[in-house]
Amino acid sequence: MTSLPAITTVAYLVASILFILALKGLSSPATARKGNLLGIIGMFIAVGITLAQPEVQAYGRIALFAAMGGIVGGIVAKKVPMTAMPETVGLFNSFVGLAAALVSLGAFHKGGHTGTIGSIEIFLGVVIGMVTWTGSVVAFLKLNGRVSGAPITWPGRHALNVLMGIAALALGAWFVVTHEAMPLYLTVVVAGLFGILWIIAIGGADMPVVISILNSYSGWASVATGFIIGNDLLIITGSLVGASGFILSIIMGRGMNRSISSVLMGGFGEGDLEAGDAANIQAQAAAKGVNIGDVEVAAELMRGSREIIIIPGYGLAVAQAQHPVRELTERLEAEGVRVRFAIHPVAGRMPGHMNVLLAEANIPYDQVLEMDAINSDFPETDVTLVLGANDIVNTDALDLPSSPIYGMPILEAYKSRTVMVVKRSLNPGFSGIDNPLFYRENTMMVFGDAREIVDSMVKELKGAAVA
Amino acid sequence: MQEFLSHLTVFVLACFVGWQVIWKVTPALHTPLMSVSNAISGIILVGAMIAGGEALLDLPGKLGMVAIAFAAINVVGGFWVTQRMLGMFRKR
Repeated sequence: MTSLPAITTVAYLVASILFILALKGLSSPATARKGNLLGIIGMFIAVGITLAQPEVQAYGRIALFAAMGGIVGGIVAKKVPMTAMPETVGLFNSFVGLAAALVSLGAFHKGGHTGTIGSIEIFLGVVIGMVTWTGSVVAFLKLNGRVSGAPITWPGRHALNVLMGIAALALGAWFVVTHEAMPLYLTVVVAGLFGILWIIAIGGADMPVVISILNSYSGWASVATGFIIGNDLLIITGSLVGASGFILSIIMGRGMNRSISSVLMGGFGEGDLEAGDAANIQAQAAAKGVNIGDVEVAAELMRGSREIIIIPGYGLAVAQAQHPVRELTERLEAEGVRVRFAIHPVAGRMPGHMNVLLAEANIPYDQVLEMDAINSDFPETDVTLVLGANDIVNTDALDLPSSPIYGMPILEAYKSRTVMVVKRSLNPGFSGIDNPLFYRENTMMVFGDAREIVDSMVKELKGAAVA
Repeated sequence: MQEFLSHLTVFVLACFVGWQVIWKVTPALHTPLMSVSNAISGIILVGAMIAGGEALLDLPGKLGMVAIAFAAINVVGGFWVTQRMLGMFRKR
């Protein structure tokens, strides 16, 4: 494409600025909705001015396919429960990758990209697009449980990955020299296969990093297509998304004290472990010298407290316990207890997962604090209630240098007067390591499903209030 | 080459802007950040319309149409679900 008419350039510039403002709005919940509206306006401007371009003529077809996609998107957005946001983002990431690969292939077949730079651009568009697409589809399947959350590994995995990388480079060179369809479509296959094998080897607990990286890739895929068709709006927007996913993966990596590259190598973690039957769990725990508490004792202890901190983890999302938790919070507040929530950066399956669940349950966001803001308050806390979280409160991270999670920042729940851990069993978390917090003097384990336990706690408190 | 360099300039500057803006996003809104970035990466819709929107329905046209449908899922779904999510965040 050659130079655009002035009006188009200006419109694309305005749209870019509106997208930047949309992201800027997210610096506070108070401005975020307005920001989102600016983003929507930006998209209208961008699409509108594109429709006015001379090479865009097939209005009927475009309207039909855009409407089909739009309706599907609308249904998804309206129906998806907040607990399913991680896989929804994964799915959306995949669509960008697919679209980028298709646009890159389309540009190839259209011709006119026979120069070296043009060929490299198309090759990169195809590679990034395909890896984003297939990798995100696997992440989606893992997140919604259709594929095991455990890392699926096999001998010679890293060698195979290196081989595929070399093959892709060779195909790229072949394509740049010949401009033939053959090497490009072989690239489609290799890159697609790589995306699958890469993500399938990564464990469920590393998904916050994976989904951020794939989010980033979806941005770089847009950038690549922007270079191919010579469109600055795509380049700018893709860069914003690419930077966003990249920064999130840095934040998630810091939250786990793991380098992004070690996460991406895969093979870490154990995946979901099934809880045994109730009697067995109790007996096992008793044998290990764990303090086992029942709901009545727990409720009584909470009622007599002044400061309570609740630490939610992925188990809260799995058990869909966010609404009972709000009830519990309200009950306790009615008794004069101050209840706050502590969020670890990697709690859940995606960045910000817990915040959205708590917001869905109507828990005010000013009651929900980030790790750094609340960690110093644990010594003055009467009860810390750990709901479906494990590794993020594991004290091995602080004092056992041989532990695989050593050095990971944790929520210092153990410093509070009493720690109550609601868990299905003593089974280790996704990292597959034991948690000394469970065996501490001031810790009380309450075994069961987070939702049922919290429900019974609420009932206990209600009963106590009536009596 | 000249054209490539001018796009490269835009790319590098946009990365800096993204870097600056995204670090200021509050961690509480990291999920909406991801869903809104899904929505705006639906901007690939523009690329699909340009690459496949000619009157003649040849192969690029067909590829473009499929790309348009998927990009539109992201645009509508992404902005909508973000708005839904943000509506849930309230102050005490």
